[in-house]
Amino acid sequence: MQLPGPLKNILRGARGGIPPERPVPGANPQRGQYPSRIVRGEDIVGTRQSRGLEQFFGYIRDQAGLTILDLGGATQQNVNFITNLGHRLYSEDFLQILHETFGVSDTVDQSNPGRIDYFLRQALDYPEAKFDGVLVWDVLEYLEPPLLAAVVERLHKIVRRKSYMLAFFHSDLKLEAVPFYTFRIQEVSQLQVAQQGTRRPAQLFNNRSLEKLFGKFESVKFFLTKDRLREVIVKV
Amino acid sequence: MWNKRRDEEPVKPYSPPSPVANPGPIVPSPIEPKKETTPVSSMPQGRFEPERSGGSATIGKAVKIVGQIFSKEDLLIDGDLEGTVEALEHKLTIGPNGTVHAAVKAREVVALGTIQGNVEATERIEIRKDAKLVGDIRTARIIIEDGAYFKGSIDIVKPEPGKAPPKPAAPAPAPAVASHTPAAVAVAPDTRR
Repeated sequence: MQLPGPLKNILRGARGGIPPERPVPGANPQRGQYPSRIVRGEDIVGTRQSRGLEQFFGYIRDQAGLTILDLGGATQQNVNFITNLGHRLYSEDFLQILHETFGVSDTVDQSNPGRIDYFLRQALDYPEAKFDGVLVWDVLEYLEPPLLAAVVERLHKIVRRKSYMLAFFHSDLKLEAVPFYTFRIQEVSQLQVAQQGTRRPAQLFNNRSLEKLFGKFESVKFFLTKDRLREVIVKV
Repeated sequence: MWNKRRDEEPVKPYSPPSPVANPGPIVPSPIEPKKETTPVSSMPQGRFEPERSGGSATIGKAVKIVGQIFSKEDLLIDGDLEGTVEALEHKLTIGPNGTVHAAVKAREVVALGTIQGNVEATERIEIRKDAKLVGDIRTARIIIEDGAYFKGSIDIVKPEPGKAPPKPAAPAPAPAVASHTPAAVAVAPDTRR
């Protein structure tokens, strides 16, 4: 049941979108607060091996002239890496547009159809079958079910058949807030990770719910990692 | 009386006394600092210093242009522009106060402000921290600083081997004022309306 107006958030549980009053344990207290916009002053967390990334580039490495969409915003490393492979890169700062459209702390309801339509026009307004690959990173975790369904549906449209998407999801289902990162490609299988802040995920997923989420796609492949991040390769 | 007036004068840098008793017309001392002939900027100090050495035309932050700009020298746009801008063999800088809604073509583009439109830079494009660029980019080399906002596509066009990129024209030995003559930048009125 969803109540209207200011009562709306009363019944929303721990994952419902009310930002925590206290900073997240282990996180930088300054960054425990929700920024009014994404601030690019980042803390480099470190580098991590990524089987998912390796697999993703395994599919596109031997081809040139592909069109790749990066939803993590433009970073020098990603631009260099992808364009050096001979591909054309499209860059979207998905979280920035999400924050601009719905507010940083869910001030606007993510189930509003008009807003969802506006958001899709801002972030994913591309013709059908435009892309040969999408670097989704971790952005889908912050979308509530109605918006998430619309975004996944749109991704399914704009990505060419038999192409691949790479997405990350936290695998610890007890988390109240997760850090959001900038992922910078260093090598085919190595990422530099920079933390921008923390944010309560709108949903957390297990393998089963991810299979359901991408049910329309041809296949979903999981890579479990030590750092409780689930890497997912989705074939369109 | 003369002494009193001298006291009121602002302090000047030291210049050695002339050996001539009656100097006649005043000749500037060789160590006296040169005064800039360019307009004084009201931008915050220390944030952005446009390069003046090679000479470049400037569109100030209080200026709005609707139309086409063709530049045959380096150009700094710190005001508003709607239309197109071409500086095919030169560097184009969009200053921190600059807002460009235009198709942009230049040898080199440095964005510190806002660009909305497609950008073609034969040599390179730099999108600096806090700059915002919405549009498609075609260039040989791109530099994106952290904190820059970019939305659009990037096409890296490698220069053909053996074909050297066009070199900027040598700066004229004329004084700095000459680089600001209107002849260097042609502004065509917007004929679309």
